[in-house]
Amino acid sequence: MGDFTTEELLAIFAMQGFAGLSLFSVLLLMALGLAIIYGQMRVINMAHGEFMVIGAYTTYFISTLVVSQAPWFLDYYVFIAVPAAFLMAFIVGWIVEAVLIRHLYHRPLDTLLATWGLALIMQQAFRSIFGAREVSVRLPSWLQGSYQPTLMIDIPINGIAIMVLTLFVTAGVAWMMYRSRWGLRVRCTVSNREMSGAVGINTRSVDRLTFAVGCGIAGIAGAAFTTISSTGPTSGALYIVDTFLVVVFGGAGSLLGTMASAFSIAQGQSILEFFISGSMAKVLTLLVVIGILMLRPEGLFASKVRR
Amino acid sequence: MTQGVRRFLAGRGMALALSVGVLAGSAGAYANQDYPTDQVNTTGLAVTDDTVTVGILQSLTGTMAISEMGAVEAFRLAIAQINEEGGVLGRQIEYVLEDGASDWPTFADRARKLLRQDNVATIFGGYTSASRQAMLPVIERENGLLFYPTFYEGMEQSPNVVYTGQEATQQTIAALNWLAEEKGAETFYLIGSDYVWPRTTNNIARTHIEEVLGGEVVGEDYYALGHTSFGSAVNRVRLRRPDAIVSTVVGGSNVAFFRQLNASGLNGSNTLLLSLATSEDEVLGIGGENVEGFYSAYKYFMSLENENNEAFVAAFKEMHGSDSVIGDNTQAAYLGPWIWKAAVERAGSFDVDAVNDNLAGIELHNAPEGYVRVHENRHLWTRARIGKWNADGQATVVWESDDLIEPDPFPEGY
Repeated sequence: MGDFTTEELLAIFAMQGFAGLSLFSVLLLMALGLAIIYGQMRVINMAHGEFMVIGAYTTYFISTLVVSQAPWFLDYYVFIAVPAAFLMAFIVGWIVEAVLIRHLYHRPLDTLLATWGLALIMQQAFRSIFGAREVSVRLPSWLQGSYQPTLMIDIPINGIAIMVLTLFVTAGVAWMMYRSRWGLRVRCTVSNREMSGAVGINTRSVDRLTFAVGCGIAGIAGAAFTTISSTGPTSGALYIVDTFLVVVFGGAGSLLGTMASAFSIAQGQSILEFFISGSMAKVLTLLVVIGILMLRPEGLFASKVRR
Repeated sequence: MTQGVRRFLAGRGMALALSVGVLAGSAGAYANQDYPTDQVNTTGLAVTDDTVTVGILQSLTGTMAISEMGAVEAFRLAIAQINEEGGVLGRQIEYVLEDGASDWPTFADRARKLLRQDNVATIFGGYTSASRQAMLPVIERENGLLFYPTFYEGMEQSPNVVYTGQEATQQTIAALNWLAEEKGAETFYLIGSDYVWPRTTNNIARTHIEEVLGGEVVGEDYYALGHTSFGSAVNRVRLRRPDAIVSTVVGGSNVAFFRQLNASGLNGSNTLLLSLATSEDEVLGIGGENVEGFYSAYKYFMSLENENNEAFVAAFKEMHGSDSVIGDNTQAAYLGPWIWKAAVERAGSFDVDAVNDNLAGIELHNAPEGYVRVHENRHLWTRARIGKWNADGQATVVWESDDLIEPDPFPEGY
C-alpha cells in the first residue's frame, strides 16, 4: 500500500466505517420484527423472510404504478410505499396469527414446521402473482448516487436512507415496548400469562397484535431492501439466516441485545470482508458467533423472564 | 400462442432455413412412408407415425428459475416453429416439461424419468454447471442426448451432450484479450459468486492474465450466492485500483453489486468493468441506469442487427409478450432444437447413435447470432462479442471477433 497518500487511506477507512454502519442498520431492521415475535412470543417464525418479501413486492407494485400512472410522483412515492408495506405485512400477519399460529402456542417445534410450510406457500404465491424473474424498483433520483463530503469520500445515499429509517423504526419499537399501554401488556403477558389474564388483559388480542406488528416491521425492512437489492419469490430465504443469527446471538426478548448483536456482527463481518475474501469472512463471523453462543447459550443479553 | 407464431410466419413468408448437407428438399416434403417408424426408431424412443416426443428440463421453481425461464421460452418457440414447417422427418414435436427445481439431484432424477419412462428422443435443458454434471452420468448410462444451452467453463466433452453455449476460450479469454488490447488493461480484479463456474472461470482467467497477457491479478474475491452487502467489497476494489474489474457475480447478487458500485461513485464513466454473467435478463432486474457504461462479453445480444435476429426477436415477442427480453442463454437454447432437427434429418433417424454420427458439421445459416457450425467436439464455432450497456437496458455491440472462434473445451496450459 506504499503508493497511497494518508488522505486516500483515511478516505477508504471512512467509507469502510460507513459500510459497517450501513450493514448494521440493515441487519437491525431485518431482526427487529423477528425479535418482537420470537423474543416476546417464543414463536419461531420461519416465514419472516417472506413477510419482508411482501413489503418488497408492495413497494415494487407501488413504484410500477407510479411510473406508469403518475411519473411526477416518482420522487416521493417511497413515503407512501413504506407505510403501505407495513400495512400489507401487518394485515397478512394478523390473518396468519388468527388462522395458524394461535393454534400452535406452546408447541414451538410445530410452529417451526408450520411457518416453514407457510413460507413455501407464500413463495409459490409470489411466483404465481409476480413471476419467477427477479424484479427491481425504479428508485427516485434523490436516492441514487452518493454524498461526497470530500473529493475522495463517497457515501451511498441509499445507505444513509436505510440508516435513518432504521433509527425511526427502532425508536418507534422502543417507545411502543416500553412507553405504550400495548408494550406494557406485552411485557406483562411475557412475564406471566395466567396472571395477566387474571388482571384483565386480553392475552389473545395482545398476541395477535404483537405478531402482526412484528410482521409489519418485516414489511418495512422489505421495502427498504428494494433500494439495495432485487426482489424475487425466494428472496426471503436469503434474509432469514442472518435474521435468526442476529436475534439468537443477541438474546431473545431483549431489544438492546438485538441492537448489540446486529452491531457486532455487522462490524465484524464488514471489517473481515475488507481484509479477507467475502465467503471466508462469513465463515469466520459464523465461527465466532457459534463460539460465543457455546459460552453464553442465552445470547449476549439474556432476558430475565420467569417461565 | 401457436396461432401467434403461425400468423407471424405466414406474414413474413419465411422460416428458418437450414443447410442439412446430405438430404435435399424442404422439410415439409418428408412423408412418413419415406421414413417408416420402425426404421427411424430402432431403440424404442417415443416416436409414432405423426409425432416425436422430446424433453425440456429446466428449473421452473427455486432460485434459478429467474435465469432458466428464458431457455424454456426459447425451446417452446423453436419447437413451435419447427412444427409449423412440418416437423422433423414428417413428425410433429411434442414435449414433456420437467422441473429441475434448482436442485441438482432433482435434475438427475428428472432426466432419468424422461429417458426411461417417457423415452424422449432428446432432452433440452440444464443451466448451472452443477445441474449439467448431475445429469451427465444418467444421460451417458442411458445413452440419451442432451442439448445444454448455457455458456460454461469448458473442461468437458461428453459423447451424449451438445453444448450450444460458448466455453471459456470463446468468452472469458476473448474478453480478457479485448480488455488488454483495446483498453490497455494491465491490472485486473476478479470478483465472483462462490460456486463452481466463477471459480473455474477465474482460474482460467488468472492463468491467461499472468502467463499470456503478462498482466497482474490484484485481487480475487468470492461472495456467497445471494450476498447483498458489497460495501466492503467495493472498498477493497478501490484500494487496489485495478485497470479493469472482471465480474462473475450471478443472480440476485448482481443487482446489489451494481447498485452499490454506482452508489459508491464507481460507474461506467470512471470504471472499466466487464461482466461475464450480466445479460439482458439480469439487467432487467438491475436497472439499465446502474449498468450504463459497463461491458458484458457474450456471443449474442438482443440488439444485434441482422435479419435473423430481427425475425427471432419479433417471433419471440409475439409468442411470449412484447416486453420480453432475450439474453445470451435464451438464444443459445433456441439453437438446440434446430441443430437436433438438422442432425436427425441428415441421419434419417431418431436413434441417438445415428444422430450423434451426423452432428459434426451441422450448420445453421439463420441463427439469430449469425452463422454457427457444430464442431467435432460437440461445441459450436461461434463469434465472441463485447456489448456496452445503455440506460435502456440494451447493449451496443462495440467489438466482435473477426471470425468464428474454434471451440476448445480443453485449452492447453489452463
